Amino acid sequence: MSKAEILGNIRRGLGRGEPNATQRAAAESRLAAKDNNLIPKRALLPQAEQVQLFKDMAIEAAAEIIELASIAEVPMAASEWLHKANIQELITASSPELKALDWSALGDIQLSERVGQVGDMASITSSFAGIAETGTLMLHSSSDSPTTLNFLPDVHMVVLHASTIVGPYEDAWKQLRTAHNGVMPRTVNMITGPSRSADIEQKLQMGAHGPRTLVILLIND
Amino acid sequence: MQIKSPEFKENARIALQDVGLQKALGNLKAGFPVKRAAAVERMPEFEDLRDQARDLKNHILENLDIYLEQFESKVVENGGHVHWARTSEDACKTILDICQQVGAKTVTKGKSMVSEEVNLNEYLEKNGIEPVETDLGEYILQLREDHPSHIIAPAIHLNLEDVSEAFHKHHHRPKSDDPAVLMQEAREMLRKKFVAADVGITGANFCVAETGSTIIVTNEGNGDLTQTLPKTHIVITSIEKVVPTLEDMTLFQRLLARSATGQEFTVYNTLSTGPRREGDQDGPENFHVVLVDNGRSEMVGTELQDMLRCIRCSACMNHCPVYGAVGGHSYGWVYPGPMGSVLTPQMIGIENAGLLPNASTFCGKCESVCPVRIPLPKLMRHWRENEFEKHLSPKAVRYGISGWGFFAKRPALYRWVSRSSAWFMKKMAGKKGRINKLPLAGGWTDWRDMPAPEGQTFMDQWKQGKR
Ligand code: SF4
Repeated sequence: MSKAEILGNIRRGLGRGEPNATQRAAAESRLAAKDNNLIPKRALLPQAEQVQLFKDMAIEAAAEIIELASIAEVPMAASEWLHKANIQELITASSPELKALDWSALGDIQLSERVGQVGDMASITSSFAGIAETGTLMLHSSSDSPTTLNFLPDVHMVVLHASTIVGPYEDAWKQLRTAHNGVMPRTVNMITGPSRSADIEQKLQMGAHGPRTLVILLIND
Repeated sequence: MQIKSPEFKENARIALQDVGLQKALGNLKAGFPVKRAAAVERMPEFEDLRDQARDLKNHILENLDIYLEQFESKVVENGGHVHWARTSEDACKTILDICQQVGAKTVTKGKSMVSEEVNLNEYLEKNGIEPVETDLGEYILQLREDHPSHIIAPAIHLNLEDVSEAFHKHHHRPKSDDPAVLMQEAREMLRKKFVAADVGITGANFCVAETGSTIIVTNEGNGDLTQTLPKTHIVITSIEKVVPTLEDMTLFQRLLARSATGQEFTVYNTLSTGPRREGDQDGPENFHVVLVDNGRSEMVGTELQDMLRCIRCSACMNHCPVYGAVGGHSYGWVYPGPMGSVLTPQMIGIENAGLLPNASTFCGKCESVCPVRIPLPKLMRHWRENEFEKHLSPKAVRYGISGWGFFAKRPALYRWVSRSSAWFMKKMAGKKGRINKLPLAGGWTDWRDMPAPEGQTFMDQWKQGKR
């Protein structure tokens, strides 16, 4: 009922009935082409400069970055960070690269593999890409990456491979399409720094409902 | 929400004398416009992006039915449901039905202006379902039984003391005047609610036709918890939010945060497509999108069509001298500022909202910052004319303008009248050159002096070649 009325109103306003093939052509070719619109110059730098831009922008957005030479160094880096923060647990996503690691460097910190729960202190997940233009991480849900790990814990650690850093958002969309045959995962998270709010007197406070701290473990591969 | 737009003048008068409100509005003026300017400065392509965004929105509106149907088919393909709601009542009823089907007792809500527009909270409460606002600003307002006064900073009219008072009363904890402590309190209180909720309701900034995705843009992460933890995720949004592809959405993403808060990018930009997939360890099992019309489809093909380009960034109100002086509540309904002055008459009727398009100095600041270049002053003028034709404007205005029309059509008489009024006004002003009382212009001279005309009329000078 509503649908017919709404579409009827729109078509009346546009001065036509149901669109015929010719009238559909412009919209359909746009949907098929998936062309880029204007991409700012800052997002079109060579790869090495993109990595630097990513780091600068992520730090500006209040993320912490720890640079590592290989993924094998992740458990030790996580252990040091968590010990310093006096955090006793780490919840890990089930991604193959994280499961393959030797976590013995964690020592007395307890590692569990599950979804996020209220009260969790720290989580670690993989990522799909980094986007240099604003220092943004792209993560998505899957059987080995529960979305709750990105939002419930106080501290979110994210493993990012420098090789997956792209300049503009558009490049990440194209890679996502290729990786998933054009079907979007249930959730795609673009994350730029830790949670915050300025709802009280326009004064910025960090750590509203999401993680208070975002630690990017950047693997320079 | 009760409509208080007809009392705009009285609302504004009270607002101008409200010390607390004036203090709070000071935070706004010192914040958003400065931050926006800095963000624009860092993006040399900003003006070109605005042109492209305007053109793309126009293309979308010319093909709106096609993109909406494409979006619907993609949502369904991914296992979700789309509901079309012609009116507020339709939208509320649809959402209540879904809630009742899953036996919901409480629902958490991310920030959504469309849900304010359809008055969803009140409807759910009346039907025995508890809605819990989770955006910090909206949460504060809900505790105070208050309404947003700004589309992205809903509690901008409040000061720290107000928040502190409300939390003390509802959380039963010692009073604090540290914003960090208050936020921590809200975080703890809402954790329990997030987990207990049966349904999560969010809005959407855009709906992507290519993939059937909706996107929310937030800094807090409350929208993400709202839509990830409960079994059912309902998106309430409106028909003009559809965009063709992910690349097209990105064009607007680049403009939205910069125009709104002056951030390079908002912390969380989250896309939702259908319910959780086989093997996913979390996420909602049901996904519904409610597409609200509420007068929008009738704007297509009219002069008001340009207003459908709006991406709800709030730049127009952040830069508006009228909004900055009287605040959002004076406008008397959900959407304040210049965008509200254009939209509100369409949604609640010009007979209720006729004063809003008049609440403008026509300084043009709103249009100059609007990321999709909506000609807001022109659209306000459209409503003023419409109101005039319907004979809804106050008598003084109508007689004034039609009086002017009478003289304008009689040039000789016009010249004589204006020349003698110039003489008359100069006499009234005396040596000061200022007039502090003018017949028929009390609304103006109560607040400021009218400068007296100097010398000859414009037409006299024109004739003498002073161009
Ligand atoms: S009218 Fe323009 S400036 Fe105002 S909220 Fe909409 S998009 Fe932003």
